[in-house]
Amino acid sequence: MSDIRNTAPHGEDFEPVPGAQSIDVQGGVGAGHLPPEPLPTEDKSYSQTQLVWRRFLRHRAAMISCAVIVLIVLVAYSSIGVGPIPGWWDKTYLATYDKIGTGSPTLTHPFGQDAIGKDYFAMTMRGTQHSLFIALGIGVLSTILGTLVGALAGYFRGWVDSVLMRMTDVFIVIPLLVIAAVLGKMASSWGIWGLTLILGAVTWTGLARLVRGEVLSLREREFVMAAQAVGTSASRIIVKHILPNAVGVIIVNATLAISSAILLETALSFLGYGVQSPDTSLGLLISQNQNAFATRPWLFWWPGLLILTIALCVNFIGDGLRDAFDPRQTRKD
Amino acid sequence: MSDVVLEVRDLVKHYPVRRGLILRRTVGAVRAVDGVSLALRRGSTLGVVGESGSGKSTLARVLVGIEEPTSGQVLVDGTDVSTMSRADRRALRRDVQMVFQDPYTSLDPRMSVSEIVGEPFAIHRTIPRGGRDRAVRELLELVGLDPDHANRYPHQFSGGQRQRVGIARALALRPRILVCDEPVSALDVSVQGQVVNLLADLQAELGLSSVFIAHDLAVVRNIADSVAVMYLGRVVEDGPADSVYDGARHPYSQALLSAVPVADPTVRLSDGRGILLEGDPPSPVSPPSGCPFHTRCWLAPTLPEASVPVPEGEEVQARRVPPSCSGEVPLLVGAGGHHAACHFARPLAEVRR
Repeated sequence: MSDIRNTAPHGEDFEPVPGAQSIDVQGGVGAGHLPPEPLPTEDKSYSQTQLVWRRFLRHRAAMISCAVIVLIVLVAYSSIGVGPIPGWWDKTYLATYDKIGTGSPTLTHPFGQDAIGKDYFAMTMRGTQHSLFIALGIGVLSTILGTLVGALAGYFRGWVDSVLMRMTDVFIVIPLLVIAAVLGKMASSWGIWGLTLILGAVTWTGLARLVRGEVLSLREREFVMAAQAVGTSASRIIVKHILPNAVGVIIVNATLAISSAILLETALSFLGYGVQSPDTSLGLLISQNQNAFATRPWLFWWPGLLILTIALCVNFIGDGLRDAFDPRQTRKD
Repeated sequence: MSDVVLEVRDLVKHYPVRRGLILRRTVGAVRAVDGVSLALRRGSTLGVVGESGSGKSTLARVLVGIEEPTSGQVLVDGTDVSTMSRADRRALRRDVQMVFQDPYTSLDPRMSVSEIVGEPFAIHRTIPRGGRDRAVRELLELVGLDPDHANRYPHQFSGGQRQRVGIARALALRPRILVCDEPVSALDVSVQGQVVNLLADLQAELGLSSVFIAHDLAVVRNIADSVAVMYLGRVVEDGPADSVYDGARHPYSQALLSAVPVADPTVRLSDGRGILLEGDPPSPVSPPSGCPFHTRCWLAPTLPEASVPVPEGEEVQARRVPPSCSGEVPLLVGAGGHHAACHFARPLAEVRR
């Protein structure tokens, strides 16, 4: 074979011999009976995923946002517990307590109390739990649906593409709030699961279009043709070749979908079509206490700040992921 | 068993051009391959040469089975591929494999080299003797790569090395026919030589028959036993390599060969500059009438038949060619296995005196 040979004079003396047990280096200095210096470890070969992960970890805003979100999640779920598991906060969100003054924040009730004396911290935490669950659920569901529709439309093109995209257009054209309101009212009897399902089923359209575009361009790449030449089935090509290469777009938009889902749920609950009493969510808390903005601001600000923080943090994480996936990064890893 | 291992007869591949939003009407067709007949002999290399738009990449895709022909036949070992059952056609994929042009996009960037080379085994559910890993290592050694690098990713290799990975992948299922679609066009000249030599060595070692598609005549000369020159979807000249290179008879091939740098400048045309073709190739959607090359042919306007008196009423063209050039499609004719599709085919020495 046409190899490039080491043609230096006495070059063969300097060839490294991996794994050699001999310690006699020709002409070597200080040859004793010591174990040979191990060869410097090969460059670690990083896969694309590992490279992306490393770049993500270096994005400061994303890392801080991750920490904040983790903190919020931990506190929300551990403070008042979830389901049968109790939390470390001694008050519940259902019980009423003696009202201290106007209910403004005190040491016993750090978030204050609402009009009838319920502990606002517990209520806010309960609302956060629900809002987080709904947002995550909507994000995941809409990502799965959008990816499925987009990948099928982009790969098969032709009439499959036409049918799927016209269907998508129908979903895009109908105002989201209207349809979510109507369906949400119907599904609110199923609790937050119903709301999640319904909202997830109407918010997948943006991702479908993006994934379709990405798949359309990836499909023309030569490695897809190479897979077809070997006889790979269409489903295997989509799952093993195209989607892993589109995962950057998908993940970034999934986080943005979560962020907009929080705001969507807030808006719906504010309007009265989302989560219904006695369940709470952050949007519902704001809605119920909107008139208190001037007189008892703590009832308004705590849930508002939480919504703001969560949405902002998720957005920063999405930014960090987008930067991490961007192949035009010039910094050497 | 016949000597001809792969053959195409009157192969036509048209891509329809559609207009309209809801009901898309077909308004025309891109005639990528417009009637090509070629034969590949066992153990030999057929070089297919042509410029961009000549249809050679489409031909490669049809040969490998990625595209279906519009009409015409593809015969492997004498059997028409379109008459085969689905299972047989899938099995055929193991026999005819392809090496792609661009080493930077023909490997999935998210898979390691060992996954890329080993994927054909997973697709066809074959477990090679000794295990898949060992087979992958052997393949990497076969193409001149270090098998210890099997877990690396394509972005860690140079262009020439990636092309070797592509060749290793094509050889995984031990095909009998290898179609190389411009395998060296994206590489540096020094690396081109290495890869071409590798392909020649592999062909001899493994007994492959290969179709080598390129736009560079000098590269093809080293490796091809027979050569076919394509223009606008048709074969304009074919024959044994030496015969075509030393005595090209079609004006297009002559123009291509005159542009190839050779060590001895006196061997080239007397003015040393080579034959220049004017203009761009016509669009494959609307090819010229008659001979597809007549709009750029350097020979046609110099022929005595070009100055045939023009009938009354017809305007005189600025560039005049013989009526047969613009009227009839020339067929591949010739002797000794060397054919040219030109009404006025003749070797160059006769023309330039």
